[in-house]
Amino acid sequence: MPIASESVRVTVNGTMYERNVEPRLLLSDFLRHELGLTGTHVGCEHGVCGMCTILLDGRTARSCLAFAVQADGCQIRTVEGLGTADALHAIQEAFWEMHGLQCGYCTPAMLMAAVELIEANPNPSREEILETVGGILCRCTGYQTIVEAVELAARRTRERAQ
Amino acid sequence: MKPPPFEYVRPVDLDGVLGALAQNSGETKILAGGQSLVPMMNLRLVAPKRLVDINRVPGLDRIARDGDRLLIGALARHTDVLTSPVVREYAPLVVAAYRHVAHRPIRNRGTIGGNLAHADPASELPAVMLALDAEFVLRSLAGERQVAAERFFLGTFETAARAAEVLTAIHIPLAAGSRRWGFEETSQRQGDFALVAVAVTFAVDGGRCANPRLAYAGAADRAVRIAAAEAALEGQSPDQTLFEQVAAKAAEAADPPEDLHADAAYRRDLVRALTRRALSAAARG
Repeated sequence: MPIASESVRVTVNGTMYERNVEPRLLLSDFLRHELGLTGTHVGCEHGVCGMCTILLDGRTARSCLAFAVQADGCQIRTVEGLGTADALHAIQEAFWEMHGLQCGYCTPAMLMAAVELIEANPNPSREEILETVGGILCRCTGYQTIVEAVELAARRTRERAQ
Repeated sequence: MKPPPFEYVRPVDLDGVLGALAQNSGETKILAGGQSLVPMMNLRLVAPKRLVDINRVPGLDRIARDGDRLLIGALARHTDVLTSPVVREYAPLVVAAYRHVAHRPIRNRGTIGGNLAHADPASELPAVMLALDAEFVLRSLAGERQVAAERFFLGTFETAARAAEVLTAIHIPLAAGSRRWGFEETSQRQGDFALVAVAVTFAVDGGRCANPRLAYAGAADRAVRIAAAEAALEGQSPDQTLFEQVAAKAAEAADPPEDLHADAAYRRDLVRALTRRALSAAARG
């Protein structure tokens, strides 16, 4: 029996998109293949590695563990919505300065997780930072430089707010 | 790593959900937070023909004091349960256990009802619900019934909920809040499922333990209370010697699974060590 496709309207980084999708299409694949937003990376596709972390209605979510059709009417933020190469977001700038990345594969997820943390509380404890980055696998850095990058980003965010 | 095709329905109210489940003989699954179901579908461990997405049903995520009980709607996200002031006040054991549950993005989407209905034997929350004497509210077109946590978890991924039923709420008696409690867990990494976790509660009446609950994840094919250990605690004065004895009873009575993460002997040893620690923490208050 053929499965009916479903209409989905989402706002990603401020832009409205409308597509017809198969219900089984994962949100991660929707972002990458339907919308061409390949900044969101895909790793394990069963919710363990955290590569596909995005903000769904303001909260981090594994986009491999949601169906695109479920995002109908939702607001999504991905790494493409942060900064540009010429005008980095404060968190991206901090990752660059503190060498918070090597191969870069986990970086979009790390950035989006840091966005959720810092926007909710620009003065996170070290424990909160560890909990945040601990949900995303990084096999290059050993995490220390990522933690330092998030600390610097939080400090800059506080300073700019004053 | 892509899920097999399925038909998708998204009712806008509970009646719609019950109607969609009415003829269910197992081919339809309820989609709540999806944090267990979707990985299983991606891994093709399950292939439901139809998903009933309950995420747009209003009111199912309510968290409130309701008379002499705490009511947690089945669709409440872990993050919202964890940060709820009434949960903190009336069921601090739930908050303590949540420190061990997954990572933020999973907790943001995963629901307490989905977790309990999934009934993973290594998950913390079923054991917590056993320790708190929680009741689960199940609805179908035939009506509503309540099932005690004690009679809900039947086996690995197996519960007393029928195919036409949806779990709508969890009730936790408020009396639970005045009881002593402790929670201990060992996992491979922060946020992983428990190798073993223990949730204990007891009242202290005239200097003696009363009505104790010792509930475990990772100690059997499902979340279980260990009656022999509870009996050893009942009516006794809480001290370290007693706690050692109770822990030994629990370890003896446990029937832990073996897998590539831990053998049964190690899990049994964890049952002993964690029981002692959780009882000590509970006694300290």
